[in-house]
Amino acid sequence: MANVISDETIEYVGILAKLELSDQEKEQAKSDMGRMLDYIDKLGELDTADVEPMSHVFPVQNVFREDVVSNGDDRERLLSNAPQEKDGMFMAPRTFD
Amino acid sequence: MNMTDMTAVQLSAAIRAGETTAVEATEAVLARIEEEDKKYNCYVTVDREGALARAKEVQAQIEAGDLVGPLAGVPVALKDNLCTQGLLTTCSSKILHNFVPTYTAEAVRNLIRAGAVILGKTNMDEFAMGSTTETSAFGPTKNPRNAEHVPGGSSGGSAAAVAAGECVYAIGSDTGGSIRQPASYCGVVGMKPTYGTVSRYGLIAYGSSLDQIGPLTKDVTDCAAVLEVLASHDEKDSTSVTRDDTDFTSALTEDVEGLRIGVPNDYLGEGLDEEVKTAVLQAAEVLEKKGAMVERFDLSLVEYAIPAYYTIAAAEASSNLERFDGVKYGYRTEEYAGLHNMYKKSRSEGFGEEVKRRIMLGSFVLSSGYYDAYYLKALKVKALIKKAFDEAFAKYDIILGPVAPTTAPKLGESLADPIRMYLGDIYTIAVNLAGLPGISVPCGQDSKGLPIGLQMIGDCFQEKKLIRAAYTYELCQKKR
Repeated sequence: MANVISDETIEYVGILAKLELSDQEKEQAKSDMGRMLDYIDKLGELDTADVEPMSHVFPVQNVFREDVVSNGDDRERLLSNAPQEKDGMFMAPRTFD
Repeated sequence: MNMTDMTAVQLSAAIRAGETTAVEATEAVLARIEEEDKKYNCYVTVDREGALARAKEVQAQIEAGDLVGPLAGVPVALKDNLCTQGLLTTCSSKILHNFVPTYTAEAVRNLIRAGAVILGKTNMDEFAMGSTTETSAFGPTKNPRNAEHVPGGSSGGSAAAVAAGECVYAIGSDTGGSIRQPASYCGVVGMKPTYGTVSRYGLIAYGSSLDQIGPLTKDVTDCAAVLEVLASHDEKDSTSVTRDDTDFTSALTEDVEGLRIGVPNDYLGEGLDEEVKTAVLQAAEVLEKKGAMVERFDLSLVEYAIPAYYTIAAAEASSNLERFDGVKYGYRTEEYAGLHNMYKKSRSEGFGEEVKRRIMLGSFVLSSGYYDAYYLKALKVKALIKKAFDEAFAKYDIILGPVAPTTAPKLGESLADPIRMYLGDIYTIAVNLAGLPGISVPCGQDSKGLPIGLQMIGDCFQEKKLIRAAYTYELCQKKR
C-alpha cells in the first residue's frame, strides 16, 4: 500500500467529519482510506496541466430570484422533528459555561 | 383483469374507461404488498390508509373529468430519499429513522398533480451509498427474480417493487448508476435523465452535481410517460434546466433507421461476463437489422471514471451530510458531554459503515493540503471525460453497452471488499460525471435465469433518441 494513513491524519479526519471512532474503527478506516487513495492515485497518470476543473456540466452561473417570502410559517411542524425543543426553539446542549 | 401485471399506461386507460377504479387498483397492489413484501423487503414504509384515501380522491377527480393524463389513478412507490410531507422519509438510515418532512419533493408534486397514488417509500442503500441495497439500516431487499440475489442499488427497493408487482411503477435516484443498475438486475426499465431535467428539490442530497431522479417501470412506454411528468423547470433548484422538449411520449415510435450507434470496445473488455457480453451484442444486432448503423469504437478514459467519481461523490457527500447533527431532526445520542460530543456521538451512532467511509474520504480530499491533489484533480479528469463523450457524440447518436459487468450477485458477497464493489459501477458512472441521459432495458437472462440489462447513453438532452431506440428494441423482443 503506497498511501499510509497515520494516526494523526485519521484523528484530523475524525474532527473534520465530526465522527468519533473506536480504536478498531480507526484501524479499519486507516486501511480503507489508504487503499482508496492508492486507487484514486491512478488519476495522476493523466496530464491535466492545461485542463480547467469542471464542477458543473452546464455553464449555469448564479441563479437569482426576487427576495420574496413564498413559504408559510412552518415553525410547529419543523419543531416536531427536533430531538429537543423549548419555547418554540431548537434545544442544543450547553455550548459554554 | 390482473391489475398487478398491467403497465401504468394500461392501468390508467382501464381506469379512465371505467373498467376498474383507482381504489380497486390500489387495493390490488396493497394486497400484493401484503402477500410478497415479507419475502423481498422492498418497502421501508407502506402508507395503506393514505393510499386508499388518495385513491378515492383521485377516482372522483377522474370521474369529474379533472384528471385525464396517462398516470391518473396509478399507484406508485417512491425511493425513501424523496421527501413526502407527513410521511416518514428515512434514506434507509438510523439517523433519519423518525424524520417526517414538512414539504414534498417537486418531482413527487408533479406526480401528484398527474393523479398518482403514493403507496409508500422503498428501501435503498443508506443515503444512496451502495450498489446492492445491503447497506440499508432496515435490512436488505431481495431480488424478486431470485431471492438469493441482491436487487442492485441504490434504488434496489424501487426496482424490486416493480419486478414483484408491489407497485405499478416506481421512482428512484441515480448518482452513479443507482437507477440503471438495479433496473438491470431486476429485469425492468430504468432511466437517468440529463442532469437538470428533473428538479432535485426535496431529494435528500448525496452528490449534488451527479444526482438525478428518474423512473423505474415495466416497459419503455411507461418510462417515457413517467419522465414526461417528472420533468419540469423549478426555481427552487438552481441547477434546474429549462427545456421545451419534454414531450417524451412523442418518441415512442418504431424507427431506428439511420441511427448511429457506437459500441465502446472499452465496455466489452476485461471483467465483463461472457453471457452479458453476448446478450448486449445480440441487442446491438437487433437494432442493426432494424436499420441502425452499429460500429465499435474506443471511448477512452473509462478506467479513470471510477476514481474521479468516488473522489467527487465523497467530497459532495461529506459536505451534504454535515447537516445531520442531532439538533433539528433525526437521531440524537442518549448520553453526551457538551455540544461537540453530542454531534460526534449522534453521527457515529446514526450513520452506517459505508456512509462513514465516504464522509471520511470526502473530508480528507477536501482538506487543505490535499484539495488540489485529489478533489481538483478529479474535477479536471471529469472535464476530460466529458470531452471524450463530446467527441463520441460527434460521431454517434447513441452509445450502447452493458449496464453492469455481471448479473446480480448473491446476497452477502459484495460489502466485504468496497473497491471491488465500486468497480461494478464502471459502465454507469461516467454518465453521471458527464451529466448525460442513460436508459437500462432488459435484454435477456443468463444461464441462472437472472436478468441482463442493455444500457444506451445519449448526448445531453437526447432522451428522445434513447426512448425511440429502446422502444424499437422492446417491440422486436415482443415479436420474437
